[in-house]
Amino acid sequence: MANLQSTFVGIKSPNPFWLASAPPTDKKYNVERAYEAGWGGVVWKTLGSEGPPVVNVNGPRYGAIWGPDRRLLGLNNIELITDRPLQVNLQEIKEVKRKWRDRALVISLMVPCDEESWKDILKRIEDTEADGVELNFGCPHGMAERGMGSAVGQVPEYIEMVTRWVKQYSRMPCIVKLTPNITDVRRPAEAAKRGGADAVSLINTINSITSVNLDSFAPEPTIDGKGTHGGYCGPAVKPIALNMVAEIARSPETRGIPISGIGGVTTWRDAAEFMALGAGNVQVCTAAMTYGFKVVQEMISGLSQYLDEKGLASTADLVGRAVPNVTDWQYLNLNYVTKAVIDQEACIKCGRCYAACEDTSHQAIAMSADRTFTVKEDECVACNLCVDVCPVESCITMRELGLGELDQRTGRKVASFANWTTHPNNPSAKAAE
Amino acid sequence: MKQHTPLTPGIVAGRLTPQEYEANFGDISPRLAPHEASVAANRCYFCYDAPCVTACPTSIDIPLFIRQIATGTPEAAARTILSQNILGGMCARVCPTENLCEGACVRETAEGDPVTIGRLQRYATDTLMADGTHPFTRAKPTGKRVAVVGGGPAGLSCAHRLALLGHSVTIYEARAKLGGLNEYGIASYKAPEDFAQREIDWLLQIGGIEVRTNTKVESLSKLRDYDAIFLGVGLAGTNSLGLDKMKNVRDAVEFIAELRQQPDRAKLAVGRNVVVIGGGMTAVDAAVQSKLLGAENVTIVYRRTRGDMGASDVEKAHAETHGVRIVTGAVPAAMGAEARFTYAADASQSLALAADQVLSAIGQTLAQVPVGEKDGLRHEGRKLAPKPAPDVWAGGDCAAGGDDLTVTAVAEGRDAAESIHKALMGA
Repeated sequence: MANLQSTFVGIKSPNPFWLASAPPTDKKYNVERAYEAGWGGVVWKTLGSEGPPVVNVNGPRYGAIWGPDRRLLGLNNIELITDRPLQVNLQEIKEVKRKWRDRALVISLMVPCDEESWKDILKRIEDTEADGVELNFGCPHGMAERGMGSAVGQVPEYIEMVTRWVKQYSRMPCIVKLTPNITDVRRPAEAAKRGGADAVSLINTINSITSVNLDSFAPEPTIDGKGTHGGYCGPAVKPIALNMVAEIARSPETRGIPISGIGGVTTWRDAAEFMALGAGNVQVCTAAMTYGFKVVQEMISGLSQYLDEKGLASTADLVGRAVPNVTDWQYLNLNYVTKAVIDQEACIKCGRCYAACEDTSHQAIAMSADRTFTVKEDECVACNLCVDVCPVESCITMRELGLGELDQRTGRKVASFANWTTHPNNPSAKAAE
Repeated sequence: MKQHTPLTPGIVAGRLTPQEYEANFGDISPRLAPHEASVAANRCYFCYDAPCVTACPTSIDIPLFIRQIATGTPEAAARTILSQNILGGMCARVCPTENLCEGACVRETAEGDPVTIGRLQRYATDTLMADGTHPFTRAKPTGKRVAVVGGGPAGLSCAHRLALLGHSVTIYEARAKLGGLNEYGIASYKAPEDFAQREIDWLLQIGGIEVRTNTKVESLSKLRDYDAIFLGVGLAGTNSLGLDKMKNVRDAVEFIAELRQQPDRAKLAVGRNVVVIGGGMTAVDAAVQSKLLGAENVTIVYRRTRGDMGASDVEKAHAETHGVRIVTGAVPAAMGAEARFTYAADASQSLALAADQVLSAIGQTLAQVPVGEKDGLRHEGRKLAPKPAPDVWAGGDCAAGGDDLTVTAVAEGRDAAESIHKALMGA
């Protein structure tokens, strides 16, 4: 079995699966249950300044979207940072860390955007022996209206400034949690780096309205007839998160900064994908909130099996392996030609590939009277839609045409690598050598 | 009060306790709860030109109605169903779906586990019918009058479609109630709580349909005032075993009809040892209900192979689960206190079964009246031609071409109505 031992910005944990700062990590009871179930670490739910505790709504805090069989695909929330007294949280963090020395325990922080507030909170948490801090610059609801959370995360200069304060007043590793509610995630990541952050974590939740109640005409979750946008998370956001992680991992300005990957991690496979795109570890919330803490056990066994199968000795060997293959569209090989192939043995004759191709794509699938579906290679542009809509995994695959093989659609033989930068239709193409 | 048990010799009533009767004749496959319907509906792949639709004699747009259920609009789903099959509620209960839509479902191909289309159809139609309203509105009256002879599935379907199109319809029904086999011919646990009559009452809300029950049409010449005639008279005759008629031999169709009309099961007499001869759905319905009435031993004996039986695999399994024994390849030789059969494969070998009661279910035939030669109706084989005379249409079991299913009768009645409409309106 591969060793899943993980070291992230110097913080050790028995595996790279941390629980993200969220309701599952709000108190000792939950965190201990998580550790008992096998989680490698937690980011304690965000602490605020000393003073009257935060208040939460007392109606529903979550909205959701579902797939078939009511599988939870996306969740949003309008819960704020911890609403428990600071002293209680600090005491519990201290107790838990002393009892669970092998597990990671990072404290998430969100205080007003002034030096004194940050200096004060950092001093207060020093005594807990926590492994590090995560700056919550991402929370998009409620706290943002008070100038905190994503209100800071959307202004790179503020990120840099606060990160600098944190590094100045604390020796703890500092992870800056980024909001996806921006146009280019590289800018806040660069700011964090300039401020001295040891790592970034992303993504925080996405501004969202999950549904509208068509009887009361109010967004869900509805509080006394009104609703507000909440933070969206869960499997549905994973593609957005993967892209943002990859952008930071491959950008010359931010390349090399440790990344804690967050956003819809539900299985070992999701975690491996984040890590391949450059995340040193992952943080999970919705999967635990949907299925309970036990889900980590599948993540552990799955990642371990995968590393063994790939001959990788540790998670560090996996991190970033896919980054070199993330590129810009202009560098994609325009002479790479594939054609869809339908495995007639596996086909259950639902015809969805036909409907998709005939109605919405390139009319490249033929349907016979006995419902045999075949690809018309002279029409197939290899868009992959048939693969995506087929309910049977691996029933439709894409066959790569070999060099020199005739592409029946274009009537041309497959040529060697060439991309847009040298394409004759590109007005700014450089002449091919 | 219980006087008898399954062990009481002879043919007697009251073999079971009231609780046992109630349990035995309850709904065999109750309506899905909303959660069950949602899970089942979400399994549908929304196939293109779906095989289930092709397999449905009434061509219900199954993927559409299932999607309508999945999105929380079972009433819209019901309209999709009923626009093709006005008896969609009954068909959901009695269709051999394993041979039709569910047999063709791609998830049957994929996993051996089809979407439960029949139960979803019932969920939709029951939901819509529960509020008592009728979803269709009759067209402006055309002034045309059509006689529908026979108030079974074909006649009801034809009458409803004609009325919908604005024609005035009179249904002539020889029996006391409309419904045909829905009312008299199917196992009671398939459509309990008087569903057949409730469905008919709901269907007639379309208006424009006059019903004359207890009215046997002796000759079509009396209906010549009508602009068109539809014959949906079913198969009123039954085949005879061709053996000496013994006192304990009874027609299975009649046995089932009596059972359906007697709400107090304790009053229904059944033998301790029952032998059912035949291999179709009627044989299974008679055998299973005999068992449910408290018969100790029930055996279905069929002369050909198991695969030749008209009953589907699901029906055969249903019978066997209820303790009915199925013997195949045995030909009736003599009926008496002992039913004797000769094996088709080896005539020297015979089978003797104790038989307090023998139920004959060896097929039904077209009765003479009112379709005798004097009406000059064309036949195809032993059945009526679909259009046996210039202004006469036929559909359902009495007409050639179908496969003696309720759903086929509904399709033929509906299509005949469209054909009549076209003929009358010159469209």
